[in-house]
Amino acid sequence: MSDEYVTLSTKLAMPYRYVAGVIGSKFFTELRDNKKILARRCPECKRVIMPPREYCPKCFSVKTDEWVELSGEGSIESFTIIRYTEPKIQPVEPPYAVGVIKLDGTDGGLTHIIGDVDLDKIEVGMRVKAVFSDERRGNILDIGYFKPI
Amino acid sequence: MKKVAIVGVGQTKQEASKPHQSFAEMLYEAVKAALNDANMWFDDIGNVVSASSDFWDGRTISNMAIQDVTGTTYKKTESKVASDGTYATVYGMMRTLSEYYDTTLVAAHCKGSEGNTRIITNAIFDPLYQRAIGLDAISGAALQARRYMTKYGITEEQMAKVSVKNHGNARNNPYAQLPMDLKIDDVLNSRMISDPLKLYDCSPISDGAAAVILASEDKAKEITDNPVWIRGAGYSIDAFYLTDRDLAECDSLRAAASMAYRMAGITDPGRQIDVAEVYDSFSYQELMWTEGLGFCKPGEGGKLIDSGRTQMDGDLPVNPSGGVISAHTVTTAGLVRVVEAALQVRGEADKRQVPDVNTAVAHGTSGYCGQGNCVIVLGREK
Ligand SMILES: [Zn+2]
Repeated sequence: MSDEYVTLSTKLAMPYRYVAGVIGSKFFTELRDNKKILARRCPECKRVIMPPREYCPKCFSVKTDEWVELSGEGSIESFTIIRYTEPKIQPVEPPYAVGVIKLDGTDGGLTHIIGDVDLDKIEVGMRVKAVFSDERRGNILDIGYFKPI
Repeated sequence: MKKVAIVGVGQTKQEASKPHQSFAEMLYEAVKAALNDANMWFDDIGNVVSASSDFWDGRTISNMAIQDVTGTTYKKTESKVASDGTYATVYGMMRTLSEYYDTTLVAAHCKGSEGNTRIITNAIFDPLYQRAIGLDAISGAALQARRYMTKYGITEEQMAKVSVKNHGNARNNPYAQLPMDLKIDDVLNSRMISDPLKLYDCSPISDGAAAVILASEDKAKEITDNPVWIRGAGYSIDAFYLTDRDLAECDSLRAAASMAYRMAGITDPGRQIDVAEVYDSFSYQELMWTEGLGFCKPGEGGKLIDSGRTQMDGDLPVNPSGGVISAHTVTTAGLVRVVEAALQVRGEADKRQVPDVNTAVAHGTSGYCGQGNCVIVLGREK
């Protein structure tokens, strides 16, 4: 049916340079150079914000003013196993697991890969710890994955 | 406050692809249908609010390409909402209420077939902290589904019931993409896409367009004897990062609904609303949205589907059209909910008509995992 009609197959390849800003730069630099995961504390409500941000999303009024170093441990609040293939966006070959990971000592966490695990054994509430990549480039994949402990 | 009425509605069939039409040609079909419905012409329209997405349209400020088909070239203003069509409806309502315009055409379109859903929806996520993990709309929703199941004991069978009901309802809707006669086991045994979501828990991505014509209170009475009144509208948005939210809760939908209900004078939505069209991109979402809309208590969406109340023969049918799980035109699906809810109020929904509809609700979402929500209450009376 669609063979009757002309289709133009093309690509919009648009380069971007996303800046990390003052807060993000510190976070990614510490991750890369010292394998440290840092969060940011709000002076008003004392929330520990992760991912770190310059302003508290609850209080707005003042800048966050304190870095908090995390243990890198946390627990899986939810997870999924991605079973379809889309190489343009996927960092590893599917099937692979991704989780909502609540990080200890924070009021947030990270969505990240759950690795070094039997995919059938992952459970909600499971304790996990960040495993750092050997080659770190100052991006979120400097944490290679979170591994059950 | 004065009210605004819907005086014309139009929609195209939603299909996997429409190779015989560009997105503008497709939109013309919906706009023309709405004008015919209202017995109006382009010159009778005061202004236009559109809904579409540059990423999906594959071009910058893509609304620049729809001026011919919305009748605005050289004539009037058009403004774009880069979000769901329900939001465009609310902006259109506000423009009409301003009395600067007495009519507003709301028009939405998308051709999901022309882009790559996974790559486009991956780009919703924060580039520094989230995108590289490879999340997209489906895997993001899967995280929400599991959290919802964990917190409230929602079962895969209850989720499957939504898919069975809505694909079944779609058989009565000539505009739906996927009318299907499914059994619960068909859903449970369908291919795993991103655990716990299986193929029939997920909506398709469609090509389609929809249009609604709004008129001020005085103008509406000139145009039609059968206006559908916007009795209330509300919207709200949750936090951006998934880790800042409890994904089992739809707080922003509760806030949007309470705003709309306050305006409409609705105090007991489960009793006062006759039919609802909700944005169920995934089976579990209909269960969550019925909670957020106040049809049941938090966590009781599973019990609600078990009760049969939301079936076509129940006292509160949800998605008689087949819902978004049966046809998902991005940025347009919410406006389709408005069109369908308006047809229900008019008693003109043909084979999918619910008897004696006085009050209907249309719901739209935007963002992953229902981050943003918009609720519109329509009624036969103001
Ligand atoms: Zn604070």
